[in-house]
Amino acid sequence: MPHRADTLESEYDVVVVGGGTAGPMAAIKAKERNPALRVLLLDKAHVKRSGAISMGMDGLNNAVVPGYATPEQYTKEITIANDGIVNQATVYAYARHSFTTIEELDRWGVKFEKDANGDYAMRKVHHMGTYVLPMPEGHDVKKVLYRQLKRARVDITNRITATRLLTAADGSVNGVMGFDSRTAAFHVIRAKAVVLACGAAGRLGLPASGYLMGTYENPTNAGDGYVMAYHAGAELANLECYQINPLIKDYNGPACAYVAGPMGGYTANNRGERFIECDYWSGQMMLEFYQELQGGNGPVFLKLNHLAEETISTIETILHSNERPSRGQFHAGRGTDYRHQMVEMHISEIGFCSGHSASGVYVNERAETSVPGLYAAGDMAAVPHNYMLGAFTYGWFAGHSAAERATALDFSAVDAEQVARERARIYAPLLRDHGLPALQVEYKLRRFVNDYLQPPKVTRKYEIALDRFAEIGEDLEHLHATDAHELMRCAEASVIRDCAEMAARASLFRTESRWGLYHLRVDYPERNDAEWFCHAHLKKDEFGRMSHFKRPVEPYIVPIAEQEKDAYDRLRVAPKTASEKTAATV
Amino acid sequence: MAFQPRSIAQLSEAAVTVDLDKCIAHKGCTVCIDVCPMDILDIDPQTGKAFMKRDECWYCLPCQKDCPTGAIHVAIPYLLR
Repeated sequence: MPHRADTLESEYDVVVVGGGTAGPMAAIKAKERNPALRVLLLDKAHVKRSGAISMGMDGLNNAVVPGYATPEQYTKEITIANDGIVNQATVYAYARHSFTTIEELDRWGVKFEKDANGDYAMRKVHHMGTYVLPMPEGHDVKKVLYRQLKRARVDITNRITATRLLTAADGSVNGVMGFDSRTAAFHVIRAKAVVLACGAAGRLGLPASGYLMGTYENPTNAGDGYVMAYHAGAELANLECYQINPLIKDYNGPACAYVAGPMGGYTANNRGERFIECDYWSGQMMLEFYQELQGGNGPVFLKLNHLAEETISTIETILHSNERPSRGQFHAGRGTDYRHQMVEMHISEIGFCSGHSASGVYVNERAETSVPGLYAAGDMAAVPHNYMLGAFTYGWFAGHSAAERATALDFSAVDAEQVARERARIYAPLLRDHGLPALQVEYKLRRFVNDYLQPPKVTRKYEIALDRFAEIGEDLEHLHATDAHELMRCAEASVIRDCAEMAARASLFRTESRWGLYHLRVDYPERNDAEWFCHAHLKKDEFGRMSHFKRPVEPYIVPIAEQEKDAYDRLRVAPKTASEKTAATV
Repeated sequence: MAFQPRSIAQLSEAAVTVDLDKCIAHKGCTVCIDVCPMDILDIDPQTGKAFMKRDECWYCLPCQKDCPTGAIHVAIPYLLR
């Protein structure tokens, strides 16, 4: 192992960090906007199989298809599902471009379900509108993207862990630093524009199984993008709106109601009864799920065993070949057959993810962050409930915006001091001859996240958490790595610690409850629109401190009628009347 | 004599196993190693074949699915099984 590894310097017009979903789209679209640009796609793993959709995806959760929904309806649905705290301009921009993105993916060879007339076979899962488009053969998405990357002549470098962004004298982003997790070589890449597409912060909480990498998210997505944006001075939005998902217990993958729901499957309590009217993942849905788990009616299950054989085998084929295909093996090992048993479910560990909830790096409708030269897309960019199609669409926007900046500007000078400081920080664990192993520090850190941050949120527990996270910060100074791979885990431990502190401080700042379970504060149990109908932003201030401030919710483009505002608060199935109960037993 | 810091290794069952008769890593194939998001596979210098080196498997299956000879099997890690 080279203890004095080389520093490799390179120069690209546009650098995209993250080769999962949004990243490849950003790189392709940057190149398309200006083919003369040199575009680099960096990946921590390998672009062929990286990110949240490494094994494909079984459907689009938020397709706005003409004839089924309008951009206005979708914007309204997401505004209500996210308790009103949305920049509608970003959701509306997504919704208007959604069908264009689908048609592009279709042209590239992604297979969507179509009916006998060749029209998209749309299904209803959301509370109000119809937005789900199944992809029963969606396992080839990454192959399709890879082909387009090659065709677009995007340069690709795999196995690079990006750790910090470079900033110019004017505060704009002008490069990326990172290292090779196989050779430990240090990379300094100058750029005119940088797109971050690093996915969710998926290694924040510890799964209930205690298995470090048994996370809902692909564990490569440790929150690197959130932390790079933070240290570059970018604003992060509503981080207290955690990602918490209803998952298959222990396996920790989606159950998956979006596939099973339209075919008659549903979430049930221990009596096999439906208790929520809508299985669409929202904070309110998760709160009902949590209350059912805690209230003596748990466990909660996915119920399919009432369905016809051909329906069950269709569901099985889709679920066992897409997204998390090892589901089938897990069920077989536990003796669970969809035909005979309900599937036991549980609540996931916490994370940040705007793809599912609303916690992300602030972006506008052009995918620009608050820092010039820096763009963000996908799960880490704060466009609420954006899912895979939103990642593709904001990747598209980010690619175009970054290309336009790179076309108009020259390179700015790299600050050698920033490079020297980051190189020393990254390599420190390799230079020690003994110390703490990264995975052990990570385990303890993430156990503290569960102990103190898992909702319901209690102020005193959050204050203790900050003390523990500060101590972990000291432990990071004693990490020891013996090779480049362990060095990657050391860098990630630092990322997870920063995300944990952001989660705690962001939650303490918003002194109300909102978004159901995602931000349920025991000491402030009510929603307080008078003081908190606003975004809560967080950034690193000029003294290096984590600072918080309110940002007004941007004026709505699509007005929400008073009686529609709390539609998502009425998810619990109404108690049966006496005559219905009699009818059910007959 | 001062106390000497030491580290100890913990044993885990490898979730990813390799059929050594089918694996062609010794002929230069690195497909499973390339596609693993967590980068936990490597080539065993003793046998020249692929093996699971680190207990960081996400049981996602690209290694098993993309292996050209069907030499890889991914089990659900014991803690979750």
